[in-house]
Amino acid sequence: MQKIFERPKALSKNPFHYCPGCDHGVIHRMVAESLDELEVTNKSIGVAPVGCSVFAYDYFDIDFNSAPHGRAPAVATGIKRVHPDSIVFSYQGDGDCAAIGTAEIVHAANRGENITVVFVNNAIYGMTGGQMAPTTLVGMKTATSPYGRDAKTMGHPIKMSEMLSTLTAPAFVARVSIHNVANLMKAKKAIKRAFEVQKEKKGFSFVEVLAICPTNWGKPPVEAHKWLEENMVPVFPLGVFKDQTGGPAVL
Amino acid sequence: MADKILMKGNEAIGEAAVLAGCRHYFGYPITPQSELPAYLSKRLPEVEGCFLQSESEVAAINMVFGAASAGARVMTSSSSPGVSLMQEGISYIAAAELPCVLVNVVRGGPGLGNIAPAQSDYFQSTRGGGHGDYRTIVLAPNSVQEMTNLTVKAFEAADKFKNPVLLMVDGVLGQMMEPVQLPEPVNYDPAAKKWALTGKGARKERNLCTTIWLDVELLEEHNWHLYQKYQYITDEFTTGSWKEYGCELHQTEDAEIVLVGYGIISRILKTVVEKCRKRGIKAGLVRPITLWPFPTPSIQKLVPSAKHFLCVEMSTGQMVEDVKLAVEGKKPVYFYGRTGGSLPSDFEILNEIDKIVRPD
Repeated sequence: MQKIFERPKALSKNPFHYCPGCDHGVIHRMVAESLDELEVTNKSIGVAPVGCSVFAYDYFDIDFNSAPHGRAPAVATGIKRVHPDSIVFSYQGDGDCAAIGTAEIVHAANRGENITVVFVNNAIYGMTGGQMAPTTLVGMKTATSPYGRDAKTMGHPIKMSEMLSTLTAPAFVARVSIHNVANLMKAKKAIKRAFEVQKEKKGFSFVEVLAICPTNWGKPPVEAHKWLEENMVPVFPLGVFKDQTGGPAVL
Repeated sequence: MADKILMKGNEAIGEAAVLAGCRHYFGYPITPQSELPAYLSKRLPEVEGCFLQSESEVAAINMVFGAASAGARVMTSSSSPGVSLMQEGISYIAAAELPCVLVNVVRGGPGLGNIAPAQSDYFQSTRGGGHGDYRTIVLAPNSVQEMTNLTVKAFEAADKFKNPVLLMVDGVLGQMMEPVQLPEPVNYDPAAKKWALTGKGARKERNLCTTIWLDVELLEEHNWHLYQKYQYITDEFTTGSWKEYGCELHQTEDAEIVLVGYGIISRILKTVVEKCRKRGIKAGLVRPITLWPFPTPSIQKLVPSAKHFLCVEMSTGQMVEDVKLAVEGKKPVYFYGRTGGSLPSDFEILNEIDKIVRPD
């Protein structure tokens, strides 16, 4: 019998604890598949964030560090400087990467640190109970913006990919979404490319993945994905923002 | 044996770190420790090491966290306000039981304070400093030679006890130039750290570095495990094989008044002891070399023979609390301090001693 679908070697056998319909499991799998396909699983070291994916390390069968909130790019830098031939990545949410850890992500990118950052943007704080994130859309209601995000006092959603692509050093910056199968395929390509860039020692790579939070958005997964497409994609346009690798276009 | 050379305290720490096998340094500029990163930015590339100037002390300590988890001998340095910013990371490093060496060239606080020498970070250094039940080992040298020796010992202790070790010096020692004999280079083998994050390679089990134990029972178990380790470290530094780094006793055998002081203060106090003796006052000195664990038993042994204790600090009184805890109210414990960057003179301290031993 031919096996046509199996668990990636880089994933552990632990069942995901995420809420029903959450996108983290899908994105974890794409990361794991990328490591396996590039044959770097056994030399990979992950850095988990604080947020819903704080236990990301439970789902990967690779060495892992679990960083303080927002500091994953700094922790990843420390690891990478000790083991420059290993593959080091951080996996971060929007509160971690775009609020408390803004300095760390900007400066890791600006140094051209040869690491990969997978940034999951679902426009809300999940683990703490649905508070406003730096990427929350204007008008969007959350636990701490009950009247909707008011741009006058709370500002506008921060666009990490655009911001980081203004820097000189980063090798690869892309934003993808996983709201339908076509985009899922593109997301996988971008994530794999980001790790490939690191493997080829071409410098800093960053992939922003737009995702849903059915629990805190108060929407079932199908509806949530539709909402993402209609509301988030116009604010966070998809595409490759920076590619200095000289490789073929991935999207 | 190498010849003696003249070195600035901050630079001597840098060279000693390299000789101890440290190949990774992460830090952010702050006065009065700037000579240390400047020295290492030149020195580490010569030995294929990594010097990285971070965007903040917060980032620096997290780079240290990452590098320590990856098995390196790693160091950062800063001064008081910068060390405050590092406390979150130090708590994580202590929780994860990772070895690293931190240097605090203490300056005047609170707030931005000033850049003059002080000892006002004693509480922060010896009580953990960040959140949670943990301790850091705190070494307080009083000369450039001792800064050199203790830097090497700090790396050794960090690896042995899997704990951050803080080298606490003040601005005087950091800036002071003295002759030093550099130690022999250490052959450090990172492969000995089987727990390090290196990539799974041929290992069967992956390695994990985490500080989260959501389960109440598991965190309690972990905290008692840490507590037991701290008890063991305390035994090692007060009565065990690290005792010689616990404290120095100077003319305490017959002392009626026991002076207690560390760092640069201890050098002033040695002069005070000589001057007291010339004037017929039997004075002695306890110089804690390790501030945590505090050399409590050494002080307790003097309680029956001493009449008075006088603790002198460059603060409004922090270590004096540990002296009082050791003396347990059995003898009076006095305090004399200068703060905000001032050093007490031997004359001022002699005056205080006169008030204590000749109250009329």
